[in-house]
Amino acid sequence: MSEKELTTHQNLHFDELWAYDPAPESPDYVSIEPQYQLFIDGTFQKPESGRYIDTVNPSNEKVLAQVAEAGKKDVDKAVTAARKAYEGVWSKLPAKERGKYLFRIARLLQERAREFAIVESMDSGKPIRESRDIDIPQVIAHFFYHAGWADKLEYAFPGVRPKPHGVAGQIIPWNFPLLMAAWKIAPALAAGNTVVIKPAETTPLTALKLAELIRDAGLPPGVVNIITGAGQTGVDIVNHPGIDKLAFTGSTEVGKIIQKAVAGTDKKYTLELGGKAANIIFDDAPVEQAVEGIVNGIFFNQGHVCCAGSRLLVQEGVAEELVYKLKLRMETLIVGDPLDKNTDIGAINSKVQLDRILGFLTEGVEGDQKIYQTKCNLPEKGYWCQPTLVENVSQSHRIVQEEVFGPVLTIQTFRTPDEAVNLANNSPYGLSGGIWTDKGSKIFNVGKRIRAGVVWANTFNKFDPTSPFGGYKESGMGREGGIHGLLPYLELS
Amino acid sequence: MMIPDFKQTVPVDQIGVEERVARFRTRSIKKESKLFALKLALQMVDLTTLEGMDSPGKVRQLCYKAMYPHAADPNIPMVAAICVYPNRVRLAAEILKGSGIHVASVATSFPSGMGTLESRIEEVKYAVDEGADEIDMVISRWAFLKGEYNYVFDEIATFKEACGPAHLKVILETGELETYENVRKASDIAIYAGADFIKTSTGKISPAATMPVTLVMLYAIRDYYLRTGNKVGMKPAGGIRDAKTALHYLVMVKETLGAGWLTPDLFRFGASSLANDLLMQIIKQKTGQYQSPDYFSIG
Repeated sequence: MSEKELTTHQNLHFDELWAYDPAPESPDYVSIEPQYQLFIDGTFQKPESGRYIDTVNPSNEKVLAQVAEAGKKDVDKAVTAARKAYEGVWSKLPAKERGKYLFRIARLLQERAREFAIVESMDSGKPIRESRDIDIPQVIAHFFYHAGWADKLEYAFPGVRPKPHGVAGQIIPWNFPLLMAAWKIAPALAAGNTVVIKPAETTPLTALKLAELIRDAGLPPGVVNIITGAGQTGVDIVNHPGIDKLAFTGSTEVGKIIQKAVAGTDKKYTLELGGKAANIIFDDAPVEQAVEGIVNGIFFNQGHVCCAGSRLLVQEGVAEELVYKLKLRMETLIVGDPLDKNTDIGAINSKVQLDRILGFLTEGVEGDQKIYQTKCNLPEKGYWCQPTLVENVSQSHRIVQEEVFGPVLTIQTFRTPDEAVNLANNSPYGLSGGIWTDKGSKIFNVGKRIRAGVVWANTFNKFDPTSPFGGYKESGMGREGGIHGLLPYLELS
Repeated sequence: MMIPDFKQTVPVDQIGVEERVARFRTRSIKKESKLFALKLALQMVDLTTLEGMDSPGKVRQLCYKAMYPHAADPNIPMVAAICVYPNRVRLAAEILKGSGIHVASVATSFPSGMGTLESRIEEVKYAVDEGADEIDMVISRWAFLKGEYNYVFDEIATFKEACGPAHLKVILETGELETYENVRKASDIAIYAGADFIKTSTGKISPAATMPVTLVMLYAIRDYYLRTGNKVGMKPAGGIRDAKTALHYLVMVKETLGAGWLTPDLFRFGASSLANDLLMQIIKQKTGQYQSPDYFSIG
């Protein structure tokens, strides 16, 4: 459909006549304790700090539970427990036995998948369709995959003897709370390390449920320690001298602080940080499927995805048709109750994040930039943001350069493959990218020139435990997943 | 109107289409919205019998089923049409006269389309003369697969002319076209040649209708509408047996083309056993209980 032909802008009405009735997953299925303690040395312990923080359901602003805030002493207890478990039990255990524990965790997670999905959606605001169909199945897949590696590390790295580092300190973000815990814990344990992990302060509940599950799985005490807290707890983990290896997923800003903190120590570290991925649509792309890919790229998990396809680059000849169809598709996205099975886009994770996104949409908008938002009704309580397009932007705009981490897509056009590659790479980030074309050779030609850890062709936001994930430039260092992801948890000698 | 160059292929990504369909299938339709959709789906059924065994008695039975789907509940709506072979059209038209139910006839050497052009045109005219107000034609798949797109375009245009006032549904027999890009191309040819409806299958070839194939056809319909403002109908046929699948089709229509197509004028199911499953589910929604199939008359 050329620009000239698309003059009859007909209206399609998606909301009339037939609207879906609410189909909520029941929160009664799960039990959430009023207060959670720190999981240290195989038991739940009250924090030495005596402090607790609230965790809130972002879709209704109600407090779900209180979780302990680990202080310096608590971090020290956790690291000490992890060290003791490493030296006393875990490092002496035959590799096959480590694998068995991981298999057991995976199977227990399968049995309790529904419960974990519901809690994840309540605590993080993500739609149940995603937590049920993507997050939790991926969590399980990660444990199964790494369980298999535990006794085969010498085959993964032939000719060298792989050895664990010791105690791994891990700090994870709030966008995929349990999945990030799995990405961290599974390879660490498979490689023979013990773990002190801190979930994000806004989304600690599934990690604490995982702590219960790990205890029930009979994992030796101290092998996995799950301690909750905010930024300072993270700082205490990073600075603790007993940590041999750090793994962090989160913002580039904090990543830089961690790098400075570990400079001059012999701590190993991997960082998985921000992104501002270009999703490149060529004029020979399958348009309808590209629209789906764009939607999955930026609106998946409310855009709280470090590898989100947040910069749309579209070849000029198809720009008008593509953007028109993208807007049609956006009108069918259902925004609302995360527990409703029909919800496509849930709640923004926290007030802080919502303010940050809205800041971009007010102060970040300059000149003749045009904001397009869908007509959906947002609930009164909770933190919400409509799916948003920002048109008429250029490379120099702040909203194109900085990570918004919300359901906000900027749209730019290009004329040639070279121009597309230059625009895509003109970013301090390099985590992911997307290419849409019907032509296989173009995928390879353009794909190898995109400086990003992952490049998807004719799809977007696909994850698999066998596939390494990580960034170029300010998007981080080290890889997670696959053999590449085992490597940072091992010393090769 | 500018007719596209059919030698050019509209790219369709197989995995992308199938993923989109998987998303439609995750929609959860409950309560009132379910009852509404079940009733709507029933009104969209083209109750079909296309067998060499179709005696007048069988066709009569089917016509009554169309008019009185479930005698126990008079509030249940009627189906859209019945679909028969040309030699049963007169009987069906007599029985259904005044009921508002359409009489559809397959024609044009259904299901293979391998008759001479003359005989196929004659068959269309015969069926219309006998009282059919809808003609379900088959395209020449041999010509399409050989790349003779103009031949296919012209035959459709010819049959459309022979239809006179009757509506023309063009069966692409997607099971023989194999790729989604072929499905898209055949859809475009049919639409631009004058189809009132495009239809997936004869029901004689496996696979018959699938959701991904239907989605590709809906995209063709949508593009045509966005260009011209004209609405073409869609009829998946064959293989749709249960209410749950029918509701997923309606979800797909709603989220692709919008409410404008949620009408028997623009969307039909070519099916036979589907009607009773819809009825069972409607009664279940109303009473809260499933009843035995023995409480629902067969067509």
